[in-house]
Amino acid sequence: MAGATTTFRTKVVAPRRATAESPWIKGTLISILLLFFGFFLILPLYVVFHEAFSKGAGVFFKTFQDRATAHAIWLTLLTAAIAVPLNTVFGVAAAWALTRFQFRGRSLLISLIDLPLWVSPVIGGLIYVLVFGRQGWFGPWLFEHDIKIIFALPGIVLATTFVTFPFVARGLIPLMQAQGHKEEEAAMTLGANGWQIFWRVTVPKIKWGLLYGIILCNARAMGEFGAVSVVSGHIRNKTNTMPLHIEILYNEYQFAAAFAVASVLCVLALVTLIIKTYAEWQAERQLRAAAESVE
Amino acid sequence: MKRHLFSLLFAGSALAAPSNILNVSYDVTREFYQDSNAVFVQAYRAKHGLAPTIDLSNGGSSKQAGAVIAGLEADVVTMNQETDIDAIARAGLISPEWEKRLPDNSAPYTSPIVFLVRKGNPKAIKDWSDLVKPGVAVIVPNPKTSGNGRYSYLAAWAYARAQPAGSDATATEFIKALFKNVPLLETGGRAATNAFVQKEMGDVLLTFESEVLQITKVFSPDQFDVVYPPTSILAEAPVSVVDQVVDQRGTRDLATAYLEFLWSDEGQKLAVKHYFRPRSEKLLAENAAIFPAIQLAKVDEVFGGWAAAQKTHFADGGIFDQIYQGK
Repeated sequence: MAGATTTFRTKVVAPRRATAESPWIKGTLISILLLFFGFFLILPLYVVFHEAFSKGAGVFFKTFQDRATAHAIWLTLLTAAIAVPLNTVFGVAAAWALTRFQFRGRSLLISLIDLPLWVSPVIGGLIYVLVFGRQGWFGPWLFEHDIKIIFALPGIVLATTFVTFPFVARGLIPLMQAQGHKEEEAAMTLGANGWQIFWRVTVPKIKWGLLYGIILCNARAMGEFGAVSVVSGHIRNKTNTMPLHIEILYNEYQFAAAFAVASVLCVLALVTLIIKTYAEWQAERQLRAAAESVE
Repeated sequence: MKRHLFSLLFAGSALAAPSNILNVSYDVTREFYQDSNAVFVQAYRAKHGLAPTIDLSNGGSSKQAGAVIAGLEADVVTMNQETDIDAIARAGLISPEWEKRLPDNSAPYTSPIVFLVRKGNPKAIKDWSDLVKPGVAVIVPNPKTSGNGRYSYLAAWAYARAQPAGSDATATEFIKALFKNVPLLETGGRAATNAFVQKEMGDVLLTFESEVLQITKVFSPDQFDVVYPPTSILAEAPVSVVDQVVDQRGTRDLATAYLEFLWSDEGQKLAVKHYFRPRSEKLLAENAAIFPAIQLAKVDEVFGGWAAAQKTHFADGGIFDQIYQGK
């Protein structure tokens, strides 16, 4: 086509701003979005709560008196209570190192942090079976010393930690990069030591981004199914987390109970979402403030 | 305190003379074992004064066997076919002689493969030959990962092989036609049942009589009909203690008592209650109304044992793989 000159008859319409779409396109896009939203997000959520109460509130509340259900909820909270702090410490350390220092292999490290998001969670679980299983690398030694990793709490925590590994670091790296380290340098010239700089200067600067990462990490930790399923062993009252327990109840034809537990998980997710939105909004403000101060 | 925390973290490792055992079982026994565990604990307490805790883990039988091999500390395994226990034995965790340690080839109950169809049997399914007709959707779990699937497959094969002019070639063709009618392969028996019952997929479900009777009598009465084909296969559900685990944990006596309980009068009656065919001839005769007599092929007789059946049909590259990949 190059060089060919073609004259198109163009109908001149009222000029519009380059960023505005015609109302027709706008309407279509928004209705597609809403339809998608309704079908894939709102409807399943409605079904979960509807099914949970399908046999009445009595059955709903009785579900939680069951020992296995109570244990599954406890185990899920315990797992999150170990995995999330671990990943918080790691995430802050990683973000700190990666934004404060320039070194060889830095971008490779940033990519590696994302690894758990690329691989299927089932693979994440299988890795630990291959490493810590009876036939695995450390299996014989562990079994000889009677230390249980997989099919016990440590395995569940490991698998959960693996899957939720990137969330805190990923939330912090862009924020800390944008903020720079002027304030820390100022603190240093005023005689603050490293610890003081971290707690008094850095943490207040990043707190909303950090909270956002922690919440996301926590939501994923409580909901993880695939990786935990591989390393759990599915022992009732011992190694069943909430998502695994939901599957068991469903397979035992206790549909109302399964959905009752599922609804608790949904409520946890919704609460998380609200806190997350607030934290995100605050983090964005912080980021904007950082960008403005640079200019 | 530190020591205490450590043992808490690696739960179960630092407890002396444990009075808890773990039963790792296949998919569709959860109701039976939950029930029989409670009765066993009562009986054991009456005799020995202390009440043990019985933990239970359910899943597709081969997946469960795999977990035991990878280190899931099962004191006893209760599977639905020898192959899975043999696999654990090959890994060195169970004595190769396990089958001879308990009566009836170590299988306390049996259950044949039968058909479950929708109420009124709209597709008029009466026998194996009806399953290969066009337009019949058959729900059966994956023979590679589930005992139900393997038994269903072998029952169909045995049927085709026993027809006039039947040969290995005609049986292969029959299985091929059968799996053409299978719209999805679930990994475990219970998942297949849920696909048929809950998601309303398919016209006929192939699974154990115990599962079928539980559905029709307990979970969803009046929605389905049971069809007994004239011939089927006898599924024997073997059990064993896991030698390495019970010796390490010091639970052999408890685990053995737990398994022997399954052959006791009470254990056999509980099997009947959950629609497993008891080994006790007397109980079987008394409950002939629940368990109609049908002609049942045995894996040992038709296929020369599970090891041979496994190798020919279900191993990687075996007949099932050839058929299913050609689908």
